[in-house]
Amino acid sequence: MTPLSMSLAPVEVDEPTSDESVSSDTPWIVLVWNDPINLMSYVTFVLQKLFGYSREKATALMLDVHEKGRAVVASGAREKCELDVFRLHEHGLWATMQHD
Amino acid sequence: MSRGPVRRTRQGDFELKLSEPERRLLGDLMGQLGAALADEHRPSDNPVLRRLFPVAHPDDPDLEASYQGLVGDDLVDLRREKLRAVSDTLDAGRVDEQALLAWMNVVNDLRLILGTHLDVSEDDDLNLLDPNHPEADTYAIYGYLGYLLDSIIESLA
Repeated sequence: MTPLSMSLAPVEVDEPTSDESVSSDTPWIVLVWNDPINLMSYVTFVLQKLFGYSREKATALMLDVHEKGRAVVASGAREKCELDVFRLHEHGLWATMQHD
Repeated sequence: MSRGPVRRTRQGDFELKLSEPERRLLGDLMGQLGAALADEHRPSDNPVLRRLFPVAHPDDPDLEASYQGLVGDDLVDLRREKLRAVSDTLDAGRVDEQALLAWMNVVNDLRLILGTHLDVSEDDDLNLLDPNHPEADTYAIYGYLGYLLDSIIESLA
């Protein structure tokens, strides 16, 4: 089965609101927020696995999350960022997205 | 050179050195998670499971509704699939990498649920060690799951 297939399908915008009238390729950012439960080793591993980041880069992002409360872990078009957020949620990370 | 319960073998799969009581404990916890996920109500509305289904757009209800529509039941279905993969290998001495990744996700989900219930903070190490704490048993399980998860990650990394 391909549970992500729907996420990869073109997004229909039937009733554009003020937010959705923004061009879909306007850059969005994906944020991971600090939480007291997820292990630092787990956050680092998930960032490496999902985004292909080096251990060094993933560790630096994890430390940003831990010390600054959040970090931007990815950016791009809305559809891509929604898929990133979905994969982070699948792994139990506290992720949100917003306009850059 | 992990000294924990999970170790990568020369053949490239993973050895799980877990006792029967550990496996029974995991099976029991997974049974509870599976029952909660099978509830007729939307599992994401269940306060116990809330942490497993975060909000993508906390400041924009319209965008959040759109995201929820996109995701649908996929986050629930994926969690059920991984529970099945772990249940199928609960008594195994060795698992392949795909199965161990499911173990990693399931153990983390269980930690998230217990940690949310305990309302842990980053300074909770004292509670973890206090045998007289009213939730001492739950803290002990939470601590054990962290130990197991760390070993899983160390063997995968």
